[in-house]
Amino acid sequence: MNFEGMKVTLHDMCLRDGMHSMRHQISVEQMVALATALDEAGVPLIEVTHGDGLGGASVNYGFPAASDEEYLRAVIPHMRNAKVSALLLPGIGTVDHLRMALDCGVHTIRVATHCTEADVSEQHITLARKLEMDTVGFLMMAHMIEPADLLEQARLMESYGANCIYCTDSAGYMLPDEVKSKLGTLRDGLKAETELGFHGHHNMAMGVANSLAAVDAGATRIDGSVAGLGAGAGNTPLEVFAAVLDRMGADTGVDVFKLMDVAEDVVVPMMQQQVRIDRDSLILGYAGVYSSFLLHAKRASRKHGVPSSDILVELGKRNTIGGQEDMIEDVALDLLKRRRTGSAQTA
Amino acid sequence: MKVNAALIGSGNIGTDLMYKALRSEWVNPVWMVGIDPESDGLAKAREAGLKTTHEGVDGILDDIERDRIQIAFDATSAYVHAENSRKMNARGVMMIDLTPAAIGPYCVPVVNLKEHVGKEEMNVNMVTCGGQATIPMVAAVSRVQPVEYGEIVATVASKSAGPGTRKNIDEFTRTTANGVSEVGGAAKGKAIIILNPAEPPLIMRDTVHCLTTEKPDEDAIRESVNSMIEEVQKYVPGYRLVNGPVFDGNRVSMFLQVQGLGDYLPKYAGNLDIMTAAALRTAELFAEEIDSGTIQLRAVGT
Repeated sequence: MNFEGMKVTLHDMCLRDGMHSMRHQISVEQMVALATALDEAGVPLIEVTHGDGLGGASVNYGFPAASDEEYLRAVIPHMRNAKVSALLLPGIGTVDHLRMALDCGVHTIRVATHCTEADVSEQHITLARKLEMDTVGFLMMAHMIEPADLLEQARLMESYGANCIYCTDSAGYMLPDEVKSKLGTLRDGLKAETELGFHGHHNMAMGVANSLAAVDAGATRIDGSVAGLGAGAGNTPLEVFAAVLDRMGADTGVDVFKLMDVAEDVVVPMMQQQVRIDRDSLILGYAGVYSSFLLHAKRASRKHGVPSSDILVELGKRNTIGGQEDMIEDVALDLLKRRRTGSAQTA
Repeated sequence: MKVNAALIGSGNIGTDLMYKALRSEWVNPVWMVGIDPESDGLAKAREAGLKTTHEGVDGILDDIERDRIQIAFDATSAYVHAENSRKMNARGVMMIDLTPAAIGPYCVPVVNLKEHVGKEEMNVNMVTCGGQATIPMVAAVSRVQPVEYGEIVATVASKSAGPGTRKNIDEFTRTTANGVSEVGGAAKGKAIIILNPAEPPLIMRDTVHCLTTEKPDEDAIRESVNSMIEEVQKYVPGYRLVNGPVFDGNRVSMFLQVQGLGDYLPKYAGNLDIMTAAALRTAELFAEEIDSGTIQLRAVGT
């Protein structure tokens, strides 16, 4: 791989994907402090939203410490160079949330759908484009379909007005060859001016390797989070990826040493639990399960006395997709019933 | 005597509704209205002995009086519903709206249908599929004690969500959330929809979370939920409580599955089936009251 002089935009996820591993309890003060530190380290784009996107505040996904609007209005005025992005999942958030985010000063809107359902994003992408926002189509759980099918969905988002398309490895399932093949297919099939991005999870420890494969195949925007703060085993650790790109001569505009300091001095002390590849996170990656299910499965496990690993494996078998957090307690109760009838039969 | 009805819209919903209406003791479907002469729905309607037109609502206006049509179902789109409703109401035909237009009040048969019949409403709206499946559960809790927040998650098979729903998915989340509060009785409502592409297609799943103001009265809620399930099962036999109610502090959660009858739509599309079944149930109650002379439909506006 020769990335000498290549421009790569790093996009930090701590304040959105990281909300999952913080049970959406990052305080407004912590958000401002972390975003300010990222801005000073030269990170050009920072996502700030509930873990499940605008309007994600709910019983199903968790009520956050503050509203999307409170976070955005607090963070954005502190940014000197960095732009702020917001995530929006049609079916959860609406165009009303999109307009609110724009009013707060959000620069980039990322409209996320399951990888086969791009057509639910039409009204949101069309509006964002009309409002002249940097508009990203974000295809989640992209490991579940073939490259040609992913391209078909990407073309829909492109046709609605998305100027950048993401291949999103929500389950941290992909290995580098798959990333390369998917991004390569997108690069060949989409308009030359349409940017490509990759969003990884570190459940199989492939965050950095997959992101390199993505850049090699034509992606110019890469998501990661400093110290890996994100769902499951976290996102691609951004300070590590920045250091790797720096060694390879790519141009990210990020100060690698400052970013290491942010990881060590700001993010790690903030963590409620260590973000690492524990057994459950590895199962997510191995079985292809949505990373945000992790803490919900652990909670259901505590409440109902069913192993979280069993819950996650069953969620994988049932082909659950992003947003189906409500199935976690349901599955736990089913497993409990199954165990009871099983033991009744043997008794 | 059965009350004559017209089905406006010859798509999946209209056609499924026709098969259900053909079995009704109170409603007699006599017309199906479409806009595409080649549509499968119109062909099926002709086979079933209905009169058909492909000229839209204007194609039956002259026949309303002669065929004594008193009820019309609109399964077209929110864009044309207002005009359809105006024309039909002007001729004394009451409208049951299956589109997201929601000109009239929301109707969830087990919760508030009798109220609408009492008021002789000339247009009622069937909320959304997710609303029909979940609002009865919110109401089952709120009739026991105050619910400060109701939230529903509807998961439907990708194949059962048509282009109309997909183009305007915000309509679903907004309308359902409004229904959860206005009809379900929660102080605040929230709705989430998920389209899952799994093969074979999954049967509609719904989760209902209620946050009660005071500690939930578990026995009373359990009883209320179970009796509400039975009420819904009268028109949607495949409506089932899979798990719950689960109590966790002030949270009460119900996990449901809705399997359709498979009349015209496949059985997994319980989301569409519950709409057509609820619309027919609504028509039947109006028809009973029209037949007994308790209510009289009057032409409105011009």
